[in-house]
Amino acid sequence: MPLQEKVRVERRPMPVQDPRVRVGNFDEVALGYGEEDALLEASRCLMCRKPACIQGCPVEVEIPAFIGCILKREYRQAVAVIKEKNNLPAVCGRVCPQENQCEKYCVRGKKEEPVAIGRLERFVADWELKNGGGAVAKGVPTGRRVAVVGSGPAGLTAAADLARLGHEVTVFEALHEPGGVLVYGIPEFRLPKEVVRQEIDNIRKLGVAIKTNTVVGKTVTVEELFGRGYDAVFIGTGAGLPYFMNIPGENLNGVYSANEFLTRINLMKAYRFPEFRTPVRVGRRVVVVGAGNVAVDCARTALRLGAEESWILYRRSEKEMPARREEVEHAREEGVRFSLLTAPVRILGDESGWVRAVTCRRFELGEPDESGRRSPVPIPGSEYDMEADTVVMAIGQGPNPLIPQSTPGLEVNRKGNIVADEATGRTTREGVFAGGDIVTGAATVIQAMGAGKRAARAIHEYLLSRQK
Amino acid sequence: MYKIVAKKVLAPAIKQFQIQAPEIAARARPGQFVVLRIDEKGERIPLTIADYDPKGGTVILVFQEAGRTTMELGRLEEGDSILDLVGPLGKPSEIRRYGKVICIGGGVGIAAIYPIARALKEAGNEVVSIIGARCRDHLFLVEKMGEVSDALEITTDDGSAGRKGFVTGVLQDLLVGEEGIDLVVAIGPPAMMRAVAELTRPYRVRTVVSLNPIMVDGIGMCGACRVAVGGKTRFACVDGPEFNAHLVDWPVVMQRARMFREEEKRAVEDYFLGSECRCRKR
Repeated sequence: MPLQEKVRVERRPMPVQDPRVRVGNFDEVALGYGEEDALLEASRCLMCRKPACIQGCPVEVEIPAFIGCILKREYRQAVAVIKEKNNLPAVCGRVCPQENQCEKYCVRGKKEEPVAIGRLERFVADWELKNGGGAVAKGVPTGRRVAVVGSGPAGLTAAADLARLGHEVTVFEALHEPGGVLVYGIPEFRLPKEVVRQEIDNIRKLGVAIKTNTVVGKTVTVEELFGRGYDAVFIGTGAGLPYFMNIPGENLNGVYSANEFLTRINLMKAYRFPEFRTPVRVGRRVVVVGAGNVAVDCARTALRLGAEESWILYRRSEKEMPARREEVEHAREEGVRFSLLTAPVRILGDESGWVRAVTCRRFELGEPDESGRRSPVPIPGSEYDMEADTVVMAIGQGPNPLIPQSTPGLEVNRKGNIVADEATGRTTREGVFAGGDIVTGAATVIQAMGAGKRAARAIHEYLLSRQK
Repeated sequence: MYKIVAKKVLAPAIKQFQIQAPEIAARARPGQFVVLRIDEKGERIPLTIADYDPKGGTVILVFQEAGRTTMELGRLEEGDSILDLVGPLGKPSEIRRYGKVICIGGGVGIAAIYPIARALKEAGNEVVSIIGARCRDHLFLVEKMGEVSDALEITTDDGSAGRKGFVTGVLQDLLVGEEGIDLVVAIGPPAMMRAVAELTRPYRVRTVVSLNPIMVDGIGMCGACRVAVGGKTRFACVDGPEFNAHLVDWPVVMQRARMFREEEKRAVEDYFLGSECRCRKR
């Protein structure tokens, strides 16, 4: 297509389920491009000689190359190009914050809308899930064994890359299902669990073994893994420890951590109770504290479970909200309400120990803090009570201490995150590498994948440098 | 899959499984627990490890049929399997030579106190055990508890075996009559553990209880099992399950145990009636 024509094509919108309909189901909100949309969108790519988009991708996917394959309708080849760098394209195409990554650097984005790289990634990844993948290239066996702890984005990426390099990889997962935050955290309506399952199956096809129900630090220690013949260990256990605010009333019935709320619903399928045995209770009015993606997921999930009102309380303004803009938009369309510049100071209970209200305080924005965002300053005397049946604390998660506690010589920082070299994932314990949220604190799926990737490269070099 | 190699009915609604789980059996210590899930639709529930055999690769689990999941579990037989079993979780009991210790088990808690009493005995303590149940038929592990105790006191609510009354009656006498009790460990219903805590508090006897709150993952991820201990929020799954009984905020423990009472009732009704109400259809 000549350049003039390319430039005239506008960014194709993502087809979505009608908000009034989707708020009553757990089906995926974004339906994905059809072939026509994909071809038109792909045609918008200017095929820059020095593509800026790639520098925005934490795993450096060859973006123009895969888009070029789409234009030639070589979808299987397009996926193959992505998979050289990214083993979870159907996941990333859905949950990556492309607006802050690849699409942020797209030159078309300077004057108009950037190419919808994420949507194109999803299109080809879904095409492969539907039509079957190409031949799997396994590496020549090296005779080296690697244990990967945690089957979230970091662990799965490290495992897949190491398997491609010919190492024998076993992934240890504490829960009964692999996927980490992809299965317990991100809701079905944003990331169908069937998609996760299929992507994990594809990683298994590379020869990766996954052992569930194994808590490293409890069932087996890192030390013992070396004793069992593993030559290196990668720790990607994520940010699984929920934070609370330490305000009065947090132990009342009806107060959940976001992790508990989402795990009950996503992993345990409480939305199908009692057919699935795990209960959850939302009541009439749900108040979610926090404004990250997790908070927005909780608020939207609450509406799907029948809450009449679902509120997000956030102590800063809309501009500072860490959630993806698109998710906030979706939430608004579905009826989630936002009480900005507001935070709870205590939770009030009734005589039987159930939540009945949240005492909130108003804030105004002051000077920028160390994160560069304007810091919230409480307004004296602004307290008021807001009725609530359920409160969900979605103010962040920290590192789970089980592995650091049980691994001598593994250094952690003040917050409990494992100290690891950013470029290699190397920790203070020989042969142990780490990456993802357990190192950085809660971040994004793709950042964890990037860390898993860098660690896989470093583990490969480490294994080759050692004589067996 | 984790195979049930032996099943025993210990008392009405109290059942014992011996389950093939070599990795858990190899690492289990007194005081730890497992989380299990029966099948694809099951919930995750915590159960204390009542015993373990590292050589045979099995663990013993004892449970009381109280809700839907434990009822479904009770229907399983020798040779059946459960889908998921993970552990050993939680911190083990602090086993060392204290001197004179009192081990108290109430109801299904008798199963949980047994490995602790045994380990304390093996560590050189003088162990006095008190086990209590509703009536004679609900007592179990009497012989085994006797084997690991220097003295064993039995109570039943109706007096059909041992002394009539609660375990706290015997404990009261021991606290009054005997000098130098160094430790009390109590496992049973929250009301019993709370009563024990209140009883030992004025005597300043170190008292440990094992809490069994609602849990989902059992590895510190969800915070469902949070308890207030000494004014701080702790997670029973990773910080416990054992805590200093005198520092536990008991009203919060009891209140949080009721969180899903209505849903639990509904699940049991659904179990007996099926998910559709048949009477209305007619």
